[in-house]
Parts: sequence; structure tokens; C-alpha cells
Amino acid sequence: MGQKIERDHQRFRKLVRGKVKSNLSKYISRGEMIGKKGKDLVSIPLPQIEIPQFRYGNKNNGGGGQGDGDVGQALGPPQGDGKSGAGDQPGGHIQEVELTMEELASILGEELALPRIEPRGKKNIVTTRDKYTGIRQSGPESLRHFKRTFKRALKRQIAAGLYDPMKPMVIPVREDKQYRSWKEVQKPESVAVIVYMMDVSGSMTDEQKEIVRIEAFWIDTWIKAHYKGIDTVYIIHDAAAQEVDEQTFYHTRESGGTKISAAYELADKIITTRYPPDQWNIYAFHFSDGDNWGDDIPHCIEVLTNKLLPRVNLFGYGQVESPYGSGEFYDYVHEMLGEKKNVVASKIPDREAILGSIKEFLGTGR
Amino acid sequence: MTKFYKTDLPPHLRALKEEIEGYARGYGLDFFEQIFEVIDADDLNEIAAYGGFPTRYPHWSFGQSYEELRKSYDYGLSKIYELVINNNPCYAYLMRSNHDVDQKLVMAHVYGHNDFFKNNAYFAHTNRKMMDEMANHGARVRRYTEKHGEDEVEAFMDRCMSIDDLIDMHSTAIKRRREVSRYEFKEAEDDELKLTRFKSKGYMDDYINPRAALQREEEERKKLREQQARSFPEQPEKDVLLFLIEHAPLKPWQRDCLEIVRDEAYYFAPQGQTKVMNEGWASFWHSTIMTQKALKPSEVIDFADHHSGTMATHGARLNPYKLGIELLRDIEHRWNTGKFGKEYDECDDLEKKRKWDKQVGLGRQKIFEVRRVHSDITFIDTFLTPEFCLQHKMFSYAWQEQMGTYVIESRDFQKIKQRLLFSLTNFGKPWIYVVDGNYRNRGELLLRHQHNGIDLRQDWANDTLTNLQVLWSRPVHLQTIVDNKPTLMSYDGSEHSSKNLGDADDPRKQAPAKTK
Repeated sequence: MGQKIERDHQRFRKLVRGKVKSNLSKYISRGEMIGKKGKDLVSIPLPQIEIPQFRYGNKNNGGGGQGDGDVGQALGPPQGDGKSGAGDQPGGHIQEVELTMEELASILGEELALPRIEPRGKKNIVTTRDKYTGIRQSGPESLRHFKRTFKRALKRQIAAGLYDPMKPMVIPVREDKQYRSWKEVQKPESVAVIVYMMDVSGSMTDEQKEIVRIEAFWIDTWIKAHYKGIDTVYIIHDAAAQEVDEQTFYHTRESGGTKISAAYELADKIITTRYPPDQWNIYAFHFSDGDNWGDDIPHCIEVLTNKLLPRVNLFGYGQVESPYGSGEFYDYVHEMLGEKKNVVASKIPDREAILGSIKEFLGTGR
Repeated sequence: MTKFYKTDLPPHLRALKEEIEGYARGYGLDFFEQIFEVIDADDLNEIAAYGGFPTRYPHWSFGQSYEELRKSYDYGLSKIYELVINNNPCYAYLMRSNHDVDQKLVMAHVYGHNDFFKNNAYFAHTNRKMMDEMANHGARVRRYTEKHGEDEVEAFMDRCMSIDDLIDMHSTAIKRRREVSRYEFKEAEDDELKLTRFKSKGYMDDYINPRAALQREEEERKKLREQQARSFPEQPEKDVLLFLIEHAPLKPWQRDCLEIVRDEAYYFAPQGQTKVMNEGWASFWHSTIMTQKALKPSEVIDFADHHSGTMATHGARLNPYKLGIELLRDIEHRWNTGKFGKEYDECDDLEKKRKWDKQVGLGRQKIFEVRRVHSDITFIDTFLTPEFCLQHKMFSYAWQEQMGTYVIESRDFQKIKQRLLFSLTNFGKPWIYVVDGNYRNRGELLLRHQHNGIDLRQDWANDTLTNLQVLWSRPVHLQTIVDNKPTLMSYDGSEHSSKNLGDADDPRKQAPAKTK
């Protein structure tokens, strides 16, 4: 990279991070490049500062296009920001891209400068895997090594004078056939379980659940990049807690009071019965608007400190903003931060804050 | 070649260059001396971020483009194939990691652009030593930065860039006003200032030069003077940047920065004016040269893959490469078969029209003429046909307020053409004029948005006014129309305001005088 662009780039990064005082700060948008993972669209953060200019608004605006479609059919997301027609901007074509989960995780790690997770309990679980290393004379047809078989047959035919270059037909016989053989390898493996808990009491709105969903997606992506097998447990709670599937987790809306301890106790029970901590790396995340039934708080703290924390790699508490909630639970969790190393508390007031909060959750490298 | 340029061009690419250049000349392309530089992806991203000029002035916005380019390259989202600079000699950059067939294709494409730069009328006014000029600009801005501090110069440049599209791109071809040399001092207008006084002997004076008449004349003159002082600029001025350079109370370094931004805006303008044609022309030639001459049988698949990638339309957005090349091919075909002129236009028999072939063979000649005299607007206005729209499945789209998205509006030829031309006119940006530099006789600046159906994006318009106010230092106003109501948006340095105007000031009724 040239020195010149390096300077301009650094200057831009400083502006984006708000390290330089400038009247541009209001124009900074998180921006995105669109990546694609299966059917999910994935965005690669691309902060941008747009300099305001006289521009047309959307209303009555339009342009010319090309392709199939009936009159009245929507054209998908608005094109640009109301910039119309044949591109007046040079370069920069943005395309959709196929990303593997690993690539996605590495992008995330790079963007947020996340440390790699050090799994614990590595030695505990050892699995046996097959590794194809050699060749042998016999085996199932499905493992036949075509290239080697063909070569041997060709050699034999040439040696025997049966090969006619004008009519290159090579027919392997029984002796020519070669098969792949394998060795059994012992491999230490680490597995993890992620326990998501969410407050579904009346005060959680759909927008907040969406925030939780996005956040959980990224946490999944990152943790999955570090473990071979991942189990996920979903727990919803209002005054009582229950284990549900993913679909229900994001779409249930209950009313009524909130008793966080109920969720923690259920999580504890599930861990005890199904995921012994000496074999599993355990991650627990709890999302709530911070509104808890007052008398329940001491009990919550007790379950958390005595039962959950000693057994999990990481406990993350994410608090979404709610018009109703008092948000006081955050303070209780926040108090524990000093003494317990595996607790993280983060506030997620809006979608913009998701990335920062993920960084807080996963920045511990646990 | 009289001069030696260090280009790092390896021997096999030099051989390719000579081969392709020979083909290009053979087809009658007429170009500046062509220099290819082979560079790595990262350097290419850097140069592209600077709009092609590695020596450009420093600004964070280039760092922003660089980040975008680099990320999309790193994540495999996009890759720059060609970067060609309108300059004499013409520079073009090749990416080192590209395969030979790609290099060939890019070279052929570049010769198309080079020929277009040299011959298209809209590029005639551009500075062909822009490489040097940009380096000059860079040095000047860097000097100001050292002297006045990075924050101050940057903040000023940000404001300039906020209005860098307020130029009058046709002023390079049309003289709208008399050039005033700053050394041409006018004789003090003594003559006109003196009253009409006839020679007379003292005692006759009252009769020969009656007091009342003199007074009347004096008042008329006063009125005229006031009017002259008030109407400034004389005609609505579309080159807002020029107006500011000439009249805003700027420090010398600020004026120079504004001039730099304006210079570059004029230099880049023709590339925006001819995007469809320029890319179409270059694609036409890379396709012609490759398929007829340069392509080896083993390269066909790679070429086809790359070519179709360039021509693909993504979603609803028109691809200028595709539209350009297809229109040029259509024109060549029509002029080869004689599908033009009165006789063809008036023919009612569709079957006869389809099979029309007069064997006139004027196609090649015609497209060379087209590339010389047209810009995108005149190109599409002249050559887009209903048959073409139908064949290429074109449609027009419009904003749908309820759905909050663009929807396909129509497949009607007139509608498509209208939308297309509108989006190309003035780069698809609003028309803004300076109407009065002494508004309300208080030295305030009055701008007018010539409204043609689409309101301005309000938040940005306000912010742009803020930037203008800082340059002008007195309050600034913009006449526009918001929701069908004539509105005056103002910023006085501390507060934004907006008020409804009576019909009298409706900008629709005061379309600025156009010079034809």
C-alpha cells in the first residue's frame, strides 16, 4: 500500500471512529456490503461518510431498467439512495457473494478484532476419525482409485502390446485395480453448547427480539468457527421458564411479570443433566430489558454466582432498551464484572449497537 | 515513441500490446499514445480510489473509496479490470495477477476508450495533461495544509466537495457571458453619470436646462443604477462554483482550493456525460477485436466468461456497458441495411420492415460519426427505438410511496425514453442556479432550484445550504418546491428556516433564460 493512500485511509478511519472532531460525524453511516450465506443475506460492515449535496428525493423519482417483470412489480430494495439511472458513480460495483460460515466468522473476527476462543476441556473428548492415507489391492468398488487403476491398466496393456494408439481403449482387469485405504486417527475434539435465554414478558417488543436474533446469529457464527459440534438450547421466560425450539424462541410473546431466576435455574438444570461441564464448553447468553421482579434479584444473583458461573466459559448479559423496563438488572450484573472474569454485560439500545455489543461479548476470548 | 516511460511491462505483454494496437489501428481507431502499467491489486485499488490519479490532493474521501475497493477485492466481491485515464499520453493500468486473455481484452477495451477520449466532442475541452495538473493541485493543497493546518483545510475541502456538482457543464461549449478580463479596467462611467446639460449663458441656464427636468433625469438614472446593482448576476448563473470564486469573500488559499475542485469537476464531467457511449464504444471494440482477430481457440471460454460478466445486468439497474454496446450494434446494423430515413420510417408494412435490407453498408462509418458528435443524452434521444426497447426488455421504474420501493412503471417506449433521458440530464441531479448575489439588498445569496417534478431530498438540501452559507458568509436562501408548494429554504448561519412563498415567486414560472 502506498504511503499516500495510507494517510488518507488513516484519516478516514479516525473520522469514522470519531477520533477527530469534525462536523462530518452526523453523516457517518455503518453502511454495508452485501454478502450472502445460503438464503440469509449477510452484511460486511463498511462505514461510510456521505457528503451532503443537492439531490433528488425519492418521491416521483424513477429511471430506466432492463429485465423481466410485470408492470407494478417491486424492484427490491431501493436503488442507491435515490440516485437515479445510469450510474453516475465511478467503479465500486457491489455484488452478492457466497460466503462459507468460516469466511463469515473470519470477517467478523477481523472487523471486531476478536481474539480466538481457547476451548477448555480439549483433552476430555477424543474421537476417532478415518483418514485416507494409502493404497491397497483390494477394497470396495466405491473406494476404487480411478486414476491409479487406469494407469496400471495402461502400463500393462502397453507392456503386453495390447494398446493401440489409434484406438485408445483401456480395460482394467482385476489385478489392475487399486483402492484407497485408511488409517484410524485419534483426534481431540472440543464441543460446545450455547444456552440462549430471553425475557418474553410483555415489555419486549418485536424490534427488540429482532435485535436479539441478529446478535444470536453472529454469536453462533463466531462460536461455531471454534468448535466441532455445537448444541443450542433456547429458554424463554416470563415469571416461569421453559425450554423451546428456535422458532418459538423468537416468536413467542407472553405477558405478565418477569422472574429471571426461573430461567437461570432451568439453565442450570439442563446443564447438569445434559451437558456436564467437564466435557462441554458452555456459553450462556441472557437477553432482557432489565426489568425484574424486585424480590427476585437476590435469588438471581445467588443462582448465577453459585451455580452458573463456576460452570460456564462465558456468561453474557445483553440488555435491550425498552420503553417500559426500568433496566436496573444491568447494574446488578455489571457489579459482578470485577470479581468474576467470565461475565460480560452489554447494553444494546438499537441495531447500530449490535456490533459493539458482540465485540464486548466475544472480546474476552473465552 | 520519442519518450521512454517506465512501465514494468513484461516482454510478453509488450508483444500483446503491439499486436492489439495493430488491430485497433487496422479498424481505424485513432488514439493518443498508449501507456500500460502493470501493477498489483493493492496499488490498483489505491489509484482507483484517487480516480485514476496517484498524485491527487490528500483527502479522507479517497481513503474511504480505498477501503471499499480493498474490502470488496479481499472478500472476492468485485475486482477492477481496467482503469484508463483521459490524458495524452493515455495511461491505463493492468492488474498483474490477471490472466493473459484478460490482459488482451482489457488492452482492446482501453484502445476503445483512448480513441473515444481523443475524438468525442465532449472531451475536446478537457486538459490532456491532467496527470501533471493533478500533481500540481496535490502540491498546492498540501502546501495549504502545512500552512493552515490539516483540520482547517480539510473542513474547507469538505464544504467544496458538498457543492462540487454545481457546475454548468455546457459552458465549455456555449458562451453565456462576455469574458471579463480582470485587467480590463473600465473607464469610470463619467459620461453617463453627468446629467444632460446644454451649454448656456448663465442667465439663460434656468430656461435651457430646467431644474425639474434635471431632477427627473437624475432620479431615473438613480433607479437604473440601483437596478443594475441589484441584478447580479445578470442572468441566473448555473456555475455556482464560478460565482462563488468570483464573488464570495474567500481567502486566497480558499479561493484556490475551490478552483481546484471546480477544475477537476469540469475535467471529470464528460466521463459522466458519456458513460453509456464510452463504455459501449470500448466494449464494442474489445468484442470486435477479440472475436475477429486476437482470440486464440484455447481462450474462447475465458473470454466469453469475462465478457458476459461485464455485460450482465444486475437487478433492474441498466448496465451502461450493455446498453452502449447493444445500441451501437443496433446502429451499425440499421445503417448497414439502410433501416433509416424517410422511406423506412414511413413504411407501414411490419414484415417488409423486418426484412428491410438495402445493402447500403454505412454502419461502420455511422458509428464512428456517432462516437464523435454524441453524448449519452443525444445518443439515446436519437437512436433508441421501440424495437430496441422491446428486444432488450427495457422498462421504466418509479418510486412508489406506499410500498417504499421502486416498482416497474411501464414498458411503454415514450415513458422509458423519458425516464432514461431525465436520469441522464444534468447527471440526474437537480438544477440549481444563482439568481441573486445581493438578495434583499443585504448581500445575501439567493439560489433557485429549477423544479421539474421531483422535490429535493430535504435533509441534504439543508446541510448543503449550511456549507454554502459558510462559503458565502452571509445568509443563503434556496427557492424550491416542496409538496407542490413554492418554498424558500434559508440558513442564516445559526438557524434553518423554510417558509411558503406566494405564487409570484414560484420558480416554475421564472424558468431562467436559456441561451440557445
